[in-house]
Amino acid sequence: MKNTIAERILDFLKDFPPFDVLEKEQLFKIAENVKVIHLEKDNFIFKQNEKPHLNFYVVKEGAIGLYRTMDNDQILVDICDEGDLFGLRPLIQNDQYLMSAKANEESLLYAISVEILKEIIKTNDKINKFLIASFATNIKTPYANKDRQLFDYEEISDSNLSDIQTADYSKNPITCTKNTSIKEAAQIMSTKRVGSILIVENKNPIGIITDKDLRLKIATGLISIEAKVTEIMSSPVITFPINITTAEAQIAMLKHKVTHLCITKNGTPNSKLIGVLSEHDIVVLHGNNPSVLVKELKRSKNINTLKYIRNKTSNLLKSYIEQHIPITFISKIISEINDVITSKAIEFSIEEMKSEPPVKFSWLALGSQGRKEQLLITDQDNAIVFEDVPEENYKTTKDYFIKLAKKITEKLNFVGYEYCPAEMMASNPKWCLSLNEWKNQFNTWITKPTEDAVMLCTIFFDYSVIYGDKNLVHKMSESIFKSIESYEIFLNFLGRNALRNPPPLGFFRQFLVENNGEHKDQFDIKSRALMPLVDAARLIALSHNLKDNNNTITRFEEIANAEPQNKDLYLNCADSFKILLHFRTKQGIENNSSGRYVNLNKLSKSEKLKLKGCFKPIKDIQDLLNIRYNLAQMM
Amino acid sequence: MISWFSHKKHPDFWKQYLKKFKKKLPKKIETTKFVVFDTETTGLDISKDRILSIGAVTVLNNTIDIAESFEIYVNQEEFTSKSVEIHGILKEGNLQKITEAEAIEKFIHFIGNSVLIAHHAAFDVEIINAALKRLNLPKLKNKYLDTGILYKKLEGKKDNHFNLDVLCNEFNIPKHDRHTAAGDAFITAQLFFKIIAKLKTERTVYYSDLFRVSDKKGLI
Repeated sequence: MKNTIAERILDFLKDFPPFDVLEKEQLFKIAENVKVIHLEKDNFIFKQNEKPHLNFYVVKEGAIGLYRTMDNDQILVDICDEGDLFGLRPLIQNDQYLMSAKANEESLLYAISVEILKEIIKTNDKINKFLIASFATNIKTPYANKDRQLFDYEEISDSNLSDIQTADYSKNPITCTKNTSIKEAAQIMSTKRVGSILIVENKNPIGIITDKDLRLKIATGLISIEAKVTEIMSSPVITFPINITTAEAQIAMLKHKVTHLCITKNGTPNSKLIGVLSEHDIVVLHGNNPSVLVKELKRSKNINTLKYIRNKTSNLLKSYIEQHIPITFISKIISEINDVITSKAIEFSIEEMKSEPPVKFSWLALGSQGRKEQLLITDQDNAIVFEDVPEENYKTTKDYFIKLAKKITEKLNFVGYEYCPAEMMASNPKWCLSLNEWKNQFNTWITKPTEDAVMLCTIFFDYSVIYGDKNLVHKMSESIFKSIESYEIFLNFLGRNALRNPPPLGFFRQFLVENNGEHKDQFDIKSRALMPLVDAARLIALSHNLKDNNNTITRFEEIANAEPQNKDLYLNCADSFKILLHFRTKQGIENNSSGRYVNLNKLSKSEKLKLKGCFKPIKDIQDLLNIRYNLAQMM
Repeated sequence: MISWFSHKKHPDFWKQYLKKFKKKLPKKIETTKFVVFDTETTGLDISKDRILSIGAVTVLNNTIDIAESFEIYVNQEEFTSKSVEIHGILKEGNLQKITEAEAIEKFIHFIGNSVLIAHHAAFDVEIINAALKRLNLPKLKNKYLDTGILYKKLEGKKDNHFNLDVLCNEFNIPKHDRHTAAGDAFITAQLFFKIIAKLKTERTVYYSDLFRVSDKKGLI
């Protein structure tokens, strides 16, 4: 029988993922069972925490806003327009809706039966992969918005199947009662060697204490160690039933900003505690296990292995980005691997030298690697500091280290880290110096802050020790801070430099793109968005004498603690930075480039909105610097 | 089948149809089952022209369930090539066709006691009634609404005749499958949604408003 309307609906759906991968008969089956729903403005399709419907939805016309209610605020998380699909995950996973869906304007929806889709999934592998991919990436927090890349199901490897497997939680969690003292709880945790302890009442979980609580609330002296656990526990706990999947667990942890979930008998806090699921448990589940890679690296005997592992790391990075693993976590893992590769390259090089190093030395990573923000393979930026030696030994010592540095940089280049075009490498005699020379060098930069000097400072201030003697570098740091203290106007120069980054948006809130050159009409995400944040974090951290952390996110978190009055701004900056770094990394992976230049035409509306959302904190922090360092007067 | 004509008694499907009207109908727009339909005919003369196709969709609680839709094509001896340009239904086409009697029985079964909606409903209702008459059956018992009249009331206009194309443009409804009975029924259903939604932005709309005939404040 002819079915004109179903054919018309098929004709619409066939252009949108995942329907574009369906066989015609499969899609027709869907189309002839569609329900067309008309929604007036401001009407809800479903509400947060509601039980799943029998259908999921595709927007035919109009716009549907997805909202999360957080502390009585409705936060618009995403807008679905023509062809967008929503409300599917809860149906497949039989979970309640994580968001509310409301018509932002008069809308027409196609409601599609999940039962029919389930039938099709059994026979169509492509749609199966699409669904897995979309659940893994569909992590929605106000700042980390959904992105359309989830439709790229071709790229998803089979290892991601673990996302919809049931997560493996730890049974028999360690518990105590609410009358336990913090000291006793800590003792239990250390004898049982666990990072968390659950507080139970009648077998139901009422709170949790993790290592972090002990560190933040006890070690800082805020609360007495003799107090009851209820003083410091996080409560209520986030609970789930036994059949929680990895993807759900990841989403829940991000959503609630927690690292542990409680598994209870019926999934609510009012039932018996059965187990606990930590972030760690989830990471272990992922096939490309980073700890395996690091172990492999440490056993490696030649640079070919290093190169091989570095390539594997790229795959790991890709899968992390696709799965929206938190960027702080990703950068920790990738930096760790970068650091181990560099250390190994240094060890191999020392073996090749005819003699052991004549004195103690340190190998420093600079710039993004020094800040532990180097995710994609970029240039090498490094330096050597060696122990002071008597005048007569200086030349031979320096020659030794330059020769060593040349071997190291060659190896790193072979592994895939390209030479720095500006020669900011330890093999350059200018950046292979003794401790005293470095102290003088920094002192000169600080007391005579020419534009070049300030620029070099921004690179060299972000050093971290990859290999060698840490004490040497510690002395160097102390000297630098002493210089800054005695010449505080230097911070104003650094501030002026921080504001020299070009702005991301024009007066009409449009993106500012490059006017000419190779990247004409592209958006420079590095200098217009990332660098302003990096520079601001460095400057403010230096002004507070915070020297132990170079990582931009950590810097923002630390200065947020140091300046409670600006806490919100700094934390927003940290969030923006995470999103931008994630974005750049994703761009880099997709285009096999540094990810620095973004082709705006290729971005979806929501991606553009997401980027623009990150620019507000940039403007705010630049305003703050402007006032704080009286920059208007200097300029 | 021919036996219907010789018997004074109505056929079973008609008795079942009548039985459905004994039940009280809901008095809310959201819980009322509407059937939005359209006919393609050989022409516009109720007494001479014949039905070539009937298309219909059900609307319940702002939702069109495609699985509950209706599309049939009718074999007719009466055939004018004039109207072929409009609806594109050929006398000997590839479409699967049924007799008028079968078509009417299926349609009566499909609509039950629902409230009918059509654009310029008077014509579609009358052409169905004419077919019923040929089967020695009485007229349709369903209440019905005309989207053309609903629109006129909405805009406070009196004389103009608003065809479906004009209203599609006004309400931004894609004019796919125009002049197929099913396509036009689907379009008319969307038009119904949009007219009601627009009315609701101006006032509270009650079920009874849809049927108020003589009162000038009403919609029909």
